[in-house]
Amino acid sequence: MKLSTKTRATTLSVALASTLALAACGASNESETAGGGSDTGSGGGSELSGTLVGAGSSAQQAAMQGWAAGYNSVQPDVTVNYDPVGSGGGREQFLAGGTDFAGSDAALDEEELAQAEERCGPSGVFEMVNYIAPIAVVYNLEGVDELNLSPETVAGIFNQQITNWNDPAIAADNPDATLPDLPITPVNRADDSGTTDNFTEYLAAAAADAWPHEPDGVWPVPGGEAAQGTSGVVSAVGAGNGAIGYADLSQAGDLGVANIGVGEEFVAPSAEAAAAVVENSQTVEGRGEYDFAIELARDTTESGNYPIVLVSYHIGCIEYDEQETADLVKDFMGYVISEEGQQAAADAAGSAPISDGLREQNQSAIDAITAG
Amino acid sequence: MSTSIQQRNTGTGPHDAPPERRGDGKLPRWAPWACFAAALALAFLLGALTSSNIVLLVIYTVVLGTIAVYVISRVVEGHRRATDRLVTCLVVTAFGIAMVPLVSLAYEVIRRGAERFDGEFFGASLQGVIGEGGGAYHAIMGTLIITLLTTAISVPIGLMTAIYLVEYGSGRLKRSITFFVDVMTGIPSIVAGLFAYALFVIFFGPGIRLGIMGAVALSVLMIPVVVRSAEEVLKLVPNELREASYALGVPKWRTILKVVIPTAIAGLGTGVTLAIARVIGETAPLLVTVGITNGTNLNPFEGRMATLPVYAFYQLTQPGVPPQNAIDRAWTAALILIMLVMGLNVVARVISRVFAPKTSR
Amino acid sequence: MTVTSPPQEPTAPRAVRRPGDRIFSGGAKGAGILILLILAGVTVFLLAESLPALTASAEELPGEGGLVSYVWPLIFGTLLSATIALLVATPLAVGIALFITHYAPRRLAQVLGYVVDLLAAIPSIVYGFWGIAWLAPRLVPFYRWLEENLGFIPLFAGPVSATGRTMLTIGLVLAVMILPIVSAISREVFTQVPTLHTEAALALGATRWEMIRMAVIPYGKSGVIGGAMLGLGRALGETMAVAIILSGSAAGITFALISSANPQTIAANIALQFPESTGLDVNTLIASGLVLFVITLLVNMLARWIVNRRADFSGAN
Repeated sequence: MKLSTKTRATTLSVALASTLALAACGASNESETAGGGSDTGSGGGSELSGTLVGAGSSAQQAAMQGWAAGYNSVQPDVTVNYDPVGSGGGREQFLAGGTDFAGSDAALDEEELAQAEERCGPSGVFEMVNYIAPIAVVYNLEGVDELNLSPETVAGIFNQQITNWNDPAIAADNPDATLPDLPITPVNRADDSGTTDNFTEYLAAAAADAWPHEPDGVWPVPGGEAAQGTSGVVSAVGAGNGAIGYADLSQAGDLGVANIGVGEEFVAPSAEAAAAVVENSQTVEGRGEYDFAIELARDTTESGNYPIVLVSYHIGCIEYDEQETADLVKDFMGYVISEEGQQAAADAAGSAPISDGLREQNQSAIDAITAG
Repeated sequence: MSTSIQQRNTGTGPHDAPPERRGDGKLPRWAPWACFAAALALAFLLGALTSSNIVLLVIYTVVLGTIAVYVISRVVEGHRRATDRLVTCLVVTAFGIAMVPLVSLAYEVIRRGAERFDGEFFGASLQGVIGEGGGAYHAIMGTLIITLLTTAISVPIGLMTAIYLVEYGSGRLKRSITFFVDVMTGIPSIVAGLFAYALFVIFFGPGIRLGIMGAVALSVLMIPVVVRSAEEVLKLVPNELREASYALGVPKWRTILKVVIPTAIAGLGTGVTLAIARVIGETAPLLVTVGITNGTNLNPFEGRMATLPVYAFYQLTQPGVPPQNAIDRAWTAALILIMLVMGLNVVARVISRVFAPKTSR
Repeated sequence: MTVTSPPQEPTAPRAVRRPGDRIFSGGAKGAGILILLILAGVTVFLLAESLPALTASAEELPGEGGLVSYVWPLIFGTLLSATIALLVATPLAVGIALFITHYAPRRLAQVLGYVVDLLAAIPSIVYGFWGIAWLAPRLVPFYRWLEENLGFIPLFAGPVSATGRTMLTIGLVLAVMILPIVSAISREVFTQVPTLHTEAALALGATRWEMIRMAVIPYGKSGVIGGAMLGLGRALGETMAVAIILSGSAAGITFALISSANPQTIAANIALQFPESTGLDVNTLIASGLVLFVITLLVNMLARWIVNRRADFSGAN
C-alpha cells in the first residue's frame, strides 16, 4: 500500500511539474531581450540597447504603455520598464537613485530639489510636462444636452452647497436650458488619485470662495457618491439621473460633458484647449535652466483655454553617470515628446498632445542631457 | 431520524379537524405543495396586475405559500403542527436564499468571463498592449510562483507545529500555541499584508514591493490553516500504530516520519490543498506588498509582480481606453480565480479519496 | 513497518531518545514558538511603522484634525457594516444549519453542506465583482421602495443611491461571505446534540420544531454565538469586496444605510489609498491597520473563548 501511495504521489508531482513547465514558455507578446552593453554611437538614429527604468505616476501608466510599445518599434533592443508606484513614490525612488527617471503629477518641491542636487550633480534636473489629460466634468441629466458651469457653480455642486439642478446658480449659467427639479448626486473618486488632486487644485484656484478645501489626492468632502477609479466614476454617473462627476475626458463615453466657465465664455474640454492652457502657463522662476515646472494657470481667463487638466511631468537628470543611461534617456524622451510619441499616448490613454511651443522648450532640455 | 417517527396530533386547536380526514387531522403529503402552487398562481395574477418581475414573483409565491400552509395547517391540524410547518417553510427558505448569491455569482462570472477565455489570455501579458487583446500570462505565473513560495514557507512550519502539538506538546506552551493559532486564523488579510510591508520596509526602505513579501504575507494567513487541519488529521492516527513502532525500538522521530505521517498523508494532502485554495484568491495583502506590473517578472526577489487577483482588481477599476477591453479581462481573471479555487477543492477531495490508507476509517 | 533500526535495550517504556529525536522535537517546538513570534511580530512591526503617525502633529496627517478624527469614522464604518452582516447572516445561517442537520434528507445533507461551503471558497474579490455588477443595481428598486415607505426611519433616509453601492449592500454582501463560517459551526454543534435528547423529545410527542426549540437550540446556543462572533471577525477585516462595492467617503458618521454617503471601512480604506501613498500617509494607514488588528483580535479571542468553553461542556456531556 505504501509503495503505491508513493508512486501516485510521484505521478501527481510529475504531472504538476510538467504543467508548470508547459506554462513557463514565456509570454507570446514579450520579446526575449536582455540588457546588453550600449552601442558606441550616440544621438538619434543609431541603434541603442539596454534597459531604462522609470517609476511614478499611475496616471501616466496607460500613456507609458503606449510610449513603451511605440518606442519598441523604433529601438527594438531597448526595454522600458515603468513602475506605477504613484507620484510621490516615483520621485522618492528617482532621488534615491533607484530609477533613471520619474513620472510625477507634481514637480519637485524645495526639499526634493536639494536632494536632486545630490542625485544628479550641480547641473540639476530636467522637469518637463509630457502628459496632458483634460479632466471633464461629466453629468447625466435627461433632457439637458448642453450644460454650462462657472467655476463657482462647479465648486458649489461638488462642495454640496448646490444640491438641486434647478438651483438659481445653475440656471444663471444656463439661461436657455430647462433644468429639472432633481437632486444632484455628486460623484467623486474613492481612491487616492492624481485626477482628484488636479480637480481640487483647480477648484481651490478658480473658485476659492466656494471651495474651502485644500488640494488633495483624497477627496475632501464627505457625503458624495464615491467610486473606484475613473471607470467607477463614469459608471456611477451613468447609473443615476442627476449625477455629476469628474473623469478623464477620454473615458467620458456617452455622458454629457459640461462646458466650464473661463473668463466670459464657456469652454468645452478638448485636447487643443487643454494643451493651450499648459502652453499659456508660467514656468516657475528660480529653478534650474531646464527645470520647466509650471504654475498651471487654473484661473486663466484666456479664450479657448480649458483649465481642468491633469499634467504629468517626466523628471530626470541633465547629467548621468553613465553614457549608456544618458543616451537611453535622451533618445526615449526625444521619442516621447515627438509628434509620433504624443500620438501614441493619445491612442493609448486619450491624452492631449503637447503643443509645438512646449515641444521646442522640452527639446532644449533633452538636447542638454549628457553623461559626465 | 426524526422523520421516521410518526406523530399523533393532540388536537389542541380550537378548530379540530374532522375525524374523517386521515383519521386525526393530518394534512396529506401533497397539501404544502398544493398551497405553493396556488400561491404561484396568485402571484402570477398579482404580477399581471402590478408589475411583472421575476424577483417579486418568487417573493410573492414564497410569502403567500408560507401563509397558506400555516393557515390551512392551523385550521386542520392545530397550532403546534402549524408552527412546525411554518418553521419548516422558513428553514427551507433560508437555504433557498443562500443559493441565490451562489447561483447568480457563478452565472455572472461565467457569462462575463467567457468573453476573453481564449488562448491569448493564457499566452500573452499586458506588455505593450493597448486596447484589445492582451492576457494574464504574467499574472497567472505570478500567482503560481507566489503561491508556491507561500506553500514552501507555510507547510514546514505548519506541519512541524502540528506535530509538536500532537506528539510532543504539553502544558502551557501547547495551550497558548493552540489558542493563538486559533486567533491567527482571524487576522484580517489586509493586516497580514501590512505586516509584511512593515517588516520589509525596515530592511529595504519605503515603497518596497517584492514577490517574496506577498509570500510572507500569505504565509501569515496560511500557517494557521495548515496547523489546524494537520493537527486534526494527526490526532486521528491510532495510538496503536505509534506504540507498535515504539515497541520495535524505533525512535520517536522516525516513528513520526515513517509511521504517523504516512498514515495521515491523505488528510495532510487534503488540508494543505485546501489551505492553498484559501490563500490563492487573496487580494488585499498582495495589493499592498507585491503591487502590479504589465510585464512578466518571474523573480520574486526583485521588483513588482503581477498576480491574478490584483490584476483583476486593477483591470476592473483602472481600465484604459476604451474601458470594455480591460473589464472583459478582469472578469476572465475572476473566472480563472474561481476555477483555480474550485479545482483545488476538487483535488483535495481526490487526494482524500485516492491516498486514503485503508486503515483509517 | 519497513523501518529497521539497530536493536536497542528497551530501558524506558517510551520511545528511545537519540540526537535525532532531540533535533526533531526541537524543530517542532521551534516551529510552534515561531508562530507565537510571528503573531508578536505582527504587533511589533505594525506598532513600529505606525509610530511616526502616532507622534506626528495633526496638521501633517491626512484629513483635518489628527489621527483620531481620521480613524474614528473608519472604525464606525467597519463596525456598522459588520453589524449589519451579522444581523442578516446569523438567522439565515441557523436556518441553513437546521435545514441541513434536521430537515434535509440524510443522503442529500452532506451534498448541501458542501454547496454552502462553496460560498466560503469564492475569493473576496470575486464577491466584489458580483456585488458591483449584479447585486447593487438590482437592489436599487428595493431601496427606492424602502425610502418611499419607510423613509421616516433614519436608517432608510434618502436620497437613495442611484448605483446601489451603499452600506446596506455591503452588509448583505458581507453577510453572504460570513454565512458559510457561521452555518458551518452551527451545523457542527447541532449534529453534536445528543441523540438521546432529541429522541426523548420526539417520543414525548413533540413536533420537529418543538424538539429543535427544546433540545437543539439550548444545546447549540453558545456554539452559534461563538460562530457568529467568528463571522463578525471575518466581516470586520473584509477588504476587497468593500473596496470595490462601497461608495465610501473620507469622513462622516451616518446611519443612513441606503444613500450615497457612507463611511468607509478601515480595511477598504487601506486597500484604496495604500498603493499611491508615500511618507506619513503610509504610517497613518498602518496605524489604522493596527486598530483593525486589535479590534479583530479582541473579537476573535472572545469568540474562541465562547466556542472553547462550549467544547468543555460537551466533553462532559
